Amino acid sequence: MTTRLSMVSFRTAVHNDWCPGCGDFGILSSIQMALAELQIEPSKAVIFSGIGCSGKTPHYVNTYGIHTLHGRSLPFALGAKLANPTLTVLAVGGDGDGLGIGAGHFVNSGRRNVDFTYIVFDNGVYGLTKGQASPTLARGLKTKSLPRPNINDAINPIAIAVTAGYTFIARGYAYDTRHLKELIKKGIQHKGSAFIDVLQPCPTYNDINTKEWYGGEDRVVEGKPLPRIYKLEDEGYEYLVNSADPEEDNKKKLQAISRSFEWGERIPIGIFYQNPHIPTYEERIVARTPVYATSPPAIQPIAGKSGRPLAVIDEIMAEFMV
Amino acid sequence: MPSSKISWMIGGAQGTGVDSSANIFARAAALSGLYVYGKREYYSNIKGEHSYFSIVMSDAPVYSHLDEVHLLATFDSETVVRHAWEVVRGGGIIYDAMAVGEKITSIPTLEKIVSERILTKLSREGLGETVGDVLEVAKRAGAALYPIPYMEIIKKLAEATGEKQLSALSRMTNVLAVAASFSILGLPFKSLEEAIGQIFKAKARVVKSNIEAARITMEYVTNKFLDTFPYRPTLRPTRKPRLLISGTSSIALGKIVAGCRFQTYYPITPASDESVFLEDHDTFTLNMEDYPHLQEVSELNGHGGVVVVQTEDEIAAVNMASGAALAGARASTGTSGPGFDLMIEGLGFAGMNEIPLVVTLYQRGGPSTGLPTRHEQGELLFSIFGGHGEFPRIVISSGDIEEAFYDTIKAFNYAEKYQLPVIHLVDKALANSTMTTDVFDRGRLNIERGRLFTSWDASKGEYKRFAFTEDGISPRTVLGTTNGIFWNTGDEHDEYGHITEDPTLRDKMMEKRMRKLETADAEIPESERVSIYGNPDAPSLILSWGSPKGAILDAIADLEHEGLHFAFAQIRVLHPFPTRFIQTLIPSYKKTICVEQNYSGQLMTLIRARTGHMIDHLICKYNGRPFSSTEVKNALKEVLFKGTARVVTRAGA
Repeated sequence: MTTRLSMVSFRTAVHNDWCPGCGDFGILSSIQMALAELQIEPSKAVIFSGIGCSGKTPHYVNTYGIHTLHGRSLPFALGAKLANPTLTVLAVGGDGDGLGIGAGHFVNSGRRNVDFTYIVFDNGVYGLTKGQASPTLARGLKTKSLPRPNINDAINPIAIAVTAGYTFIARGYAYDTRHLKELIKKGIQHKGSAFIDVLQPCPTYNDINTKEWYGGEDRVVEGKPLPRIYKLEDEGYEYLVNSADPEEDNKKKLQAISRSFEWGERIPIGIFYQNPHIPTYEERIVARTPVYATSPPAIQPIAGKSGRPLAVIDEIMAEFMV
Repeated sequence: MPSSKISWMIGGAQGTGVDSSANIFARAAALSGLYVYGKREYYSNIKGEHSYFSIVMSDAPVYSHLDEVHLLATFDSETVVRHAWEVVRGGGIIYDAMAVGEKITSIPTLEKIVSERILTKLSREGLGETVGDVLEVAKRAGAALYPIPYMEIIKKLAEATGEKQLSALSRMTNVLAVAASFSILGLPFKSLEEAIGQIFKAKARVVKSNIEAARITMEYVTNKFLDTFPYRPTLRPTRKPRLLISGTSSIALGKIVAGCRFQTYYPITPASDESVFLEDHDTFTLNMEDYPHLQEVSELNGHGGVVVVQTEDEIAAVNMASGAALAGARASTGTSGPGFDLMIEGLGFAGMNEIPLVVTLYQRGGPSTGLPTRHEQGELLFSIFGGHGEFPRIVISSGDIEEAFYDTIKAFNYAEKYQLPVIHLVDKALANSTMTTDVFDRGRLNIERGRLFTSWDASKGEYKRFAFTEDGISPRTVLGTTNGIFWNTGDEHDEYGHITEDPTLRDKMMEKRMRKLETADAEIPESERVSIYGNPDAPSLILSWGSPKGAILDAIADLEHEGLHFAFAQIRVLHPFPTRFIQTLIPSYKKTICVEQNYSGQLMTLIRARTGHMIDHLICKYNGRPFSSTEVKNALKEVLFKGTARVVTRAGA
């Protein structure tokens, strides 16, 4: 008998020690809701994380949870997924984790298009080490704990994801959980590497890109705040690559990059780009090693009951026989 | 006096077929029934720099190379001027008859320091500055000269084959040198023919023209030179089938048998050959007959497969392998020193989270980029102690190519039984040498997966990945196991894998983890940890680890004939150290000698730390070239007769 899974099925009893009002809570519940709505068996899902506040996420979710090293969640996640492609694999991490120390893995994972979903908790600061500037903080900004204004330029995670080769690219907002949950669901359902950049105000250290700032409370028009955030889908934005034609793909990619530079007065969220026509890494392996399709590494039997190895190497040894 | 071991060397510019000619020669010699040991030396360079291959053959098993060269085969000037000095009295040099007039200073790849060294020697002999002058020195020292008119033979070959492009044929000069060697050594053409067929099997035309080239050359040499070469191997009727295989291929085969189904790597010399070989053999046969009860096997259609992933760096390599291991695959990565440096944080994570992970570490000359294509054993202490904090790991080391195959299976068994990272230490000498060995026997192997649970019975209670147990080993589920959910974190954690900073829990968890090493120490039999060779009743004990084994075995066998006796303990499990065994072994000898290829004597340091015993003598080497049996033999004599505390050997070109 299978019971219907709800958001509660994905909660753990672990005490959550994020700061009150942290954007991370919204991302956490969006993940839990997405998994519940997709009815993914908790024991068939794995969440990988890096280091920082976001790194604790797996401990709060009742699925397999691997809280890895700083910047290294993606290699772990890819290894697990390729060893057992039946798993639903998510990776989560901060912008410092994924775009600073882990930037090499972020870019190179895009080249592979492994079927998994990567969610970045993007708040512009290194929270857990008391608020240093992260790779997405704009130059010249001086958030609360910076002794001097930020000296580095910010990188653009969406544009990088496009050029790196991610095949599903979206941006969510931590305080719009219903919208974010839908993005996560679509990311999980997408066959290939999905990247979701989530704007996540840090109430303790980022006193510039706050919930109020995103909500436009500093610019009241006719008694109402004029929000900075808007949804791409509300403006008829076409993100989907409809054919395997590289020309269409290039057009959609350039469009996504161009939109990703919109910032300040208006900030788009939603799906920037999706291309379902690029083969996944798993499909690429099957093309060269067909046995992978039915017998991936973690599922393949390697020994008989007695423990004798199953692999026979006589044919290979023949190459060396004298 | 003719030796029972004959040493042949071939050299040339990288990219001109030195490797393939050496492979042909080694295979042909082995097919003639000889035992063979081949050593490959090359620069960190793609084309043009000097590389050479030395092959020792004998009618009895041979485990190492010799300093002396009996027959030097060359087809370029650089090989002559670099190696003619190594040829013994009565030995021979094969060279291009046209090249004798070439000036040494015109060889562009000869470093200034080398050419100056050679010119000094020549002027001391009152000679000039050409290749011919170097040959004259060799002749004075008693070497026979075999000038071969390569170009004339190639022209003759062009007539015979109808091939008009001489440049296409001149690519075969290396085979001409091999064939001339075969003739001089009195080895049968039939074996050479067979070896050429096997090496170039994919290209029938290449096979045909190479065989023709070999035939014409052998004919020329037989007619031209007297049949008086004193160093001729003794041929016996062909024995049982054997393998002629390199270290990297042997370990790759070990991984397939061990059930390693996920391998990651980042390109690095000399480790990547293993991964490339695995990728090239990523589908293999499974034995279905023996296992009719295994239903899954029929679904595989009789095949298994390994996934090899080339990652963006070694950090990704180690962590991706850990991810696969968490999912239940036997997983490993292969690397060399600089890559291993980058893997240390990931290794700590595997230790902290009790992930069965195998790292095959091919040591090479360090520190930093060091001598990337040369040999050293510099990472013994690093592989045992590297990393912040303390975590359990097992470090093993193989002494030769055959051992490396069987040790690979052991590495995976230890990793899963004790749920920890295992570092399998090998090195450049083992990786790149080739050796005749017995055919690998999977019949004597067992896969032991330890406390692995493919399902978890919830009625037994909630699953705890890091449950406290007496021996420190907890039941292990893998990602995807129903009722088996767990958490991992690099933070200290509780039995579920959730973060804790509680001091009591920290103590318990630390002790649980480290207890696994005590369990391993108690369970792994001494016979797997130390091998004893030589004469156990001898007054002197040699202690070593890894690839010097071959040179030591050959050296002590020779010294035995001279009436000098040695016992030799090869330590194969370096961590947990076989303390009890070594502690009682050492006092029964008058003299103890460590032989290892590093500057500081890392095994010597380790023995002191683990047993309290001081080792009396150290024979060490760090010039990037592996020990020859010749130099180990001489160094042992120096220790014995002069009592030298530290002997540094410096042979090799």
